[in-house]
Amino acid sequence: MELDKAKQLELLFFMRLTRSLEDRLDNLYKQGKIVGGLFRSLGQEATAVGSAYALDRQQGDMLSPLTRDLGALLVQGALPREVFANYLWRASSLSRGRDQNIHITDLSRGFIGTISPLGTLIAVMNGVMLATRMQKKKAVGMVYIGDGGTSTGAFHEATNFAAVQNLPLVIVGENNSYAYTTPTTKQMRILNLADRAKAYGMPSEIVDGNDVLAVFSSARRAVDRARDGGGPTFIEAKTFRMRGHAAHDNQSYVAKEVLDQWRKRDPIAHLERALAENKIASGGEIEQVNKKVGSILDEDLAWAESQPSPVPEDAAGGVYAGDTGKPKAVSAGSEE
Amino acid sequence: MAAITLLEAIRQGLWEEMERDERVFLLGEDIGVYGGAFKVTEGFVGRFGEERVIDTPISESAIVGAACGAAMMGMRPVAEMQFIDFISCCFDILRNYAATSRYRQGIGIPMVVRGPCGGGVHGGPFHSQNVESLFLNTPGLKMVEPSTPYDAKGLIKAAIRDEDPVLFFEHKFLYRNPKIKQELPSDDYIVPIGKAATLREGRDLSIITYGAMVYTALDAADKLKEEGLEAEIIDLRTLLPFDREAILESVKKTSKVIILHEATRTGGMAGELTAVINEEAFEYLDGPVMRVTSIDTPVPYAPPLEEFFLPQVDDVLKAARALAAY
Repeated sequence: MELDKAKQLELLFFMRLTRSLEDRLDNLYKQGKIVGGLFRSLGQEATAVGSAYALDRQQGDMLSPLTRDLGALLVQGALPREVFANYLWRASSLSRGRDQNIHITDLSRGFIGTISPLGTLIAVMNGVMLATRMQKKKAVGMVYIGDGGTSTGAFHEATNFAAVQNLPLVIVGENNSYAYTTPTTKQMRILNLADRAKAYGMPSEIVDGNDVLAVFSSARRAVDRARDGGGPTFIEAKTFRMRGHAAHDNQSYVAKEVLDQWRKRDPIAHLERALAENKIASGGEIEQVNKKVGSILDEDLAWAESQPSPVPEDAAGGVYAGDTGKPKAVSAGSEE
Repeated sequence: MAAITLLEAIRQGLWEEMERDERVFLLGEDIGVYGGAFKVTEGFVGRFGEERVIDTPISESAIVGAACGAAMMGMRPVAEMQFIDFISCCFDILRNYAATSRYRQGIGIPMVVRGPCGGGVHGGPFHSQNVESLFLNTPGLKMVEPSTPYDAKGLIKAAIRDEDPVLFFEHKFLYRNPKIKQELPSDDYIVPIGKAATLREGRDLSIITYGAMVYTALDAADKLKEEGLEAEIIDLRTLLPFDREAILESVKKTSKVIILHEATRTGGMAGELTAVINEEAFEYLDGPVMRVTSIDTPVPYAPPLEEFFLPQVDDVLKAARALAAY
């Protein structure tokens, strides 16, 4: 499916939004305002944005991104201010200061936050799609896994389950070459993650994860197949993680030449070049996208920083339905 | 109306909930065409169809993960563990996903994970376990273990209607035990989660227990009566959140407590209940809180070994006599 100019510029917008948002998060982390970890998707924006762009939110499509899929989350409708607020542990954030980074959920907008153990969300998304099927909806689900995540038991159990149940699910395997510090050669003895899908009788595609249009086309084919009752598809997007696992990791284990090589294949530069060479958009129009991103982020960061932090007692409660929290027990009998 | 077994009571509860609420569905290994390893769901697929009675691969994580996702989307899944021992295979999903969802993202997981637990049937290390202490330290889960057909039916219905994830333990030694058959009311009743039952009143000591050990406690209480000791028996029924009020009320009444469970000793339910009694009823106690439990080993297979492993009536009597001496 060919995307018109407006849609191609929208893809550029979401990739820019992702990168600039993460740049700002990086600064906030260095200022000590963001605590815990900071996980970037630098260099992988096309995989997240292009795949999520293939979903149809009008049909109730659902998406569960990994930490390096901020772009997918934004495409699905999460707002930059919500991402800022969650990273800045504001009381009004989607997790109310209870969970990190982009572990945020809004079922009404069709995004389900991940948890840190990998592969778990494929199993959960299977259930989401079982439910929508029983509810006679035509929704499609999209869920992400990394190269390292495909080594987990949950991945194999859930991928097989999706295939056996013929669920309308697209599994996007982001092969960014490293699982924390461990290269894929130490994760598996196959070259392509897509080979795993064959074992489950699941169709698969391999796509250049740094080419947003290619990722979109592949994802759209998979989404269409799923919606038409053709079952799940595995898409392997070959890309590269241009930063360490998180902000603390200087990536010393990756050769400089490798990074230099991948830097030439930057997904945003790639799209901008294509837009110019094919005379789809002018330099001015591309600059407009950047400006729009900047002003959104200015406004959203200001909003997030103005939000209150949680009070300590907010740690209690909400574990069970109707649970309003109890005072902290400090000595014998204090809970009564 | 005929008296029914604990297994039949669970079966009726599941059936009636599926008739009542089309959001309820079942998934698990061999539960459909075969009707489950213990036949709890025999005949269900014929009535409710393969979409609501799903035979799955041997994949506990995928089963319970799917139940979580479906529950989030408004369904009421009931997942079966063929033996509760295999629940360890989906520990991640239960502990990291199901138990944390409401706290993290404000979304409840109204799901039941049920399965046969317990020993006494020579099932060996992997078909005999009691797993409650693995989850006792997991805020966000509930745990239930009925000891009578009446409670089993009322609690399975309450578990299905509950807004939070419930682990439902079915003691396989009680499943078809003819001695505990009961006639059940024909109306739609539930037994509330979080409420214990006083099975026998007594003034001299309290035996707090649950599951199959309820019957060990009752047998012990008969013998103690001959010795002039009146034991009160509290059946917890819900293990998490347990009924603090019922426990403390009984402790304050008798001042002497035995906690009896079939799970192994270290880090078990008894330790936690002892701590609560210590914190909240210390001045009422006339002796140490005593634990009668299985020994700290895997569950052995050979009958004499398993008998030694499991708490016996004599073990309860010894503890009661020691306590009476205070």
